[in-house]
Amino acid sequence: MNNHTILEMRSITKEFPGVKALADVSIEVQAGEIHAICGENGAGKSTLMKVLSGLYPYGDYSGQIFFQGKEVQFKDIRSSEAAGIVIIHQELALIPELSIAENIFLGNEPTRFGVIDWDYVNRTTLELMARVGLSEDPVTKVKDIGVGKQQLVEIAKALNKSVKLLILDEPTAALNESDSQHLLDLMAGLRSKGISCIMISHKLNEIEQIADSITIIRDGRSIETLHVANDGVDEDRIIRGMVGRSLESRFPDHTPTIGETFFEVRNWTVGHPNIPDRLVCKNSNFHVRRGEIVGFAGLMGAGRTELARSVFGRSYGTFKSGQILIDGREVTLRTVPQAINAGLAYVTEDRKSLGLNLLDDIKSTTVSANLRKITHGLVVDDDEEYRVAEEYRTSLRTKTPSVNEGVSKLSGGNQQKVVLAKWMFTDPELLILDEPTRGIDVGAKYEIYGIIQKLADQGKGVIVISSELPELLGLSDRIYTIFEGSITGEVAREDASQEALMKLMTASRKSA
Amino acid sequence: MNSLKQMFGGNTRQFGMIFALIALILFFQWQTGGNTLTPTNVINLFNGNAYILILAIGMVLVIIAGHIDLSVGSVAAFSGVVVAIVIRDWGIPWYLGIVVGLLLGALIGAWQGFWVAYVGIPAFIVTLAGMLLFRGANQYVGESNTIPVPQAFQYIGAGYLPEVGPVTGYNNLTVLLGLLAVAFFVYQEFRSRRKAAQLGSQLPPLWVSVAKLVLLSAAILYVTSLFATGRPGTSFPIPGLILAVLVIIFAFVSNKTVLGRHVYAVGGNRHAAELSGVQSKRVNFMVMMNMSILASLAGMIFVGRSTASGPFDGVGWELDAIAAVFIGGAAVTGGVGTVIGSVIGGLVMAVLNNGLQLMGIGADMTQIIKGLVLLIAVAFDVYNKSQGKPSITGLLTRNFGSRSKPDPTPYGSSQTEQPVGTKEKISHDV
Repeated sequence: MNNHTILEMRSITKEFPGVKALADVSIEVQAGEIHAICGENGAGKSTLMKVLSGLYPYGDYSGQIFFQGKEVQFKDIRSSEAAGIVIIHQELALIPELSIAENIFLGNEPTRFGVIDWDYVNRTTLELMARVGLSEDPVTKVKDIGVGKQQLVEIAKALNKSVKLLILDEPTAALNESDSQHLLDLMAGLRSKGISCIMISHKLNEIEQIADSITIIRDGRSIETLHVANDGVDEDRIIRGMVGRSLESRFPDHTPTIGETFFEVRNWTVGHPNIPDRLVCKNSNFHVRRGEIVGFAGLMGAGRTELARSVFGRSYGTFKSGQILIDGREVTLRTVPQAINAGLAYVTEDRKSLGLNLLDDIKSTTVSANLRKITHGLVVDDDEEYRVAEEYRTSLRTKTPSVNEGVSKLSGGNQQKVVLAKWMFTDPELLILDEPTRGIDVGAKYEIYGIIQKLADQGKGVIVISSELPELLGLSDRIYTIFEGSITGEVAREDASQEALMKLMTASRKSA
Repeated sequence: MNSLKQMFGGNTRQFGMIFALIALILFFQWQTGGNTLTPTNVINLFNGNAYILILAIGMVLVIIAGHIDLSVGSVAAFSGVVVAIVIRDWGIPWYLGIVVGLLLGALIGAWQGFWVAYVGIPAFIVTLAGMLLFRGANQYVGESNTIPVPQAFQYIGAGYLPEVGPVTGYNNLTVLLGLLAVAFFVYQEFRSRRKAAQLGSQLPPLWVSVAKLVLLSAAILYVTSLFATGRPGTSFPIPGLILAVLVIIFAFVSNKTVLGRHVYAVGGNRHAAELSGVQSKRVNFMVMMNMSILASLAGMIFVGRSTASGPFDGVGWELDAIAAVFIGGAAVTGGVGTVIGSVIGGLVMAVLNNGLQLMGIGADMTQIIKGLVLLIAVAFDVYNKSQGKPSITGLLTRNFGSRSKPDPTPYGSSQTEQPVGTKEKISHDV
């Protein structure tokens, strides 16, 4: 640590029950620099920032944090903000119904005799807005300005707290080209005024453009810190650092038997459910063959889930145009029941809020997507329900004392097996598995891979959406890459490498 | 040791409810010098509360699905007045009047269900509007007058099982019903034991089953004897009979049918249910419609009992029904609750009302006490949500129509009551 170091995090380790999210991570940020943190989804970037901002309080992690030369022990966000560290999350923390000025001073309102001093508020707001290059009326409601301007309001809010270290989590993810550029220029301007920035981003071109140094995190470990000026860093170099792990035998051996194409999606275009004119899927084409495992690679927010769910009975977004063909015949799947009847199954990435009724037990969850099959007349056959649930418990090796147990009691991996059982019981032809191994430990992952391969061997088509490239490479027979709602590439297993995929997933301009 | 733990261990919802009910009855029996458990009082208790309990049956489904219905009192009043007028002015027989009332209920329910399910307006708002709307409609249609209904119609609200067969000193039909109920529970218990044995899951000890049946049979036969030995001309009341039939039907529907499963699924996690192919809009529509049909029925029973429809029928019923459901263990957040539980919750309120009345306590204090009971019952439940150990009553009530699955504790908690078998297994493992 030298005099110019503003922040040092030393040997930070943070564990969640059963998972080591961060293992011995160290990072050093110089005063007045823009420091990028790169890593795959789930590498531990956000966890590290939560440790830094006090969201995970001191004592929740091990290791030391030094800020401006002194060791600090933040116990909540307030204490880190008091020290001058402000974090701006990807999902902005602004209140839409309040004005720009009110948002900037929220929780920090200047008062005279207990009354808010609006003159001061408005005057200061105008100054702050000028500093971030925003020209709006301070009384404009935040919901009435665009996302790009909202981002600037967040930064103005941070400046008002006399920020010394600004942390931006995916600041440009939701912004268009010109707003992004404005934001990057603003960051450079702040740097020249001595404010340090930590920036988490998937957009490597932006990092290359603006960052002074880059720390790469992989699997919860800090791998290396690159200095842009000295090390001659380019995107390829960063990608190599991000993915540079070997593919061990984390996958069961599998020889695919691939049949003919039976499922095809053409020119699929879907609009955002709330924002008119914004497209979440643009003219996408893909197909799946019998017995084939097809991977969908893309960074978070690229539109993978949106694509999958819009195909699954239009359960997301507003349908614009496109065709679905099953066995060469065009079908219209307007509702989820229609999609299920047509032989589709969708296992969500968000198990807790979209996949399971946590109040329910294993056996009724197992049969819940195909109750008809065990219903005689109007009556659900309890014995049959128990028998079916037992059968899947045995064949998928779900660890539970009994299928009467509540699903909320199971571990992530076993919950996922119950969800898989639920969909296997609908006897689908095409399974769409969205992040099937998210939040699951390594052993259970192996078992789930085995289940997926077995399903493919039964002649079903399987689509696997995953943020983990090694998983896609180990599992898929063919991989599509998605960037900003478009399918940007189709790569056969033999030709796929993490570097090639990452390029297609990030640098659309380069590959286009 | 383990058995003792099962007898007295922990507090489940049912433990609390049933013991509260029994304790209340015994307390009032003592306080009123034996005036609580008399044939006349028990018959009155059923007659005077059947319509609230019928509302509670519908309300629990609405609340399980994650909604609320504030309009039931007004809907009941509106249906009551329309049926009274239709019978008087059109001269149709009483049974067609009932059909008209039920159809009207369905229509009103379709109206409210449409707004809740298909337009997406919160049920609180829709039914608050309905509460005003149908109260006003009641007074408009009835011109705020009292409209009498014919003698025949009064049978559904104030009738009794007739005397048939040999003179035994008891009402024969009532005795028959009681015996049938005992036979049903005995059959049910042994059937569920046999099934559990077949499926290889752990059985509760035999003595628990026997104790359960002995206690239950004694209770049923005692109540039967009360009903069967009332004043001449009285016996098991018709509203009670309607209630019993509805309890059986709705307990069955909520546990054993696809629709029932879907109601729980939508209330537990609507998004997950939709992605599993449940048509949540249709489910919401159905529960709202069902509620209004039951409200109409309750309104007609009330009109039958009070021999006329009036402009202030059903005022405050919605709150009694909602209180019954929450005392009965449902969760505000939806997904949790049972038909049987709600009826027991309603009985707790009814016994409380009745007992305080018999003790000569005024309406003012009665309301204060009822309010505190509701609050304490739910607070007790929240407090105990982490201690879901099976108690003797938990075991005793395990298979009576309550969902034969771990009863999730209410209030959004993901804690679940462990089935006895697994509990034992876990303690062996440890």
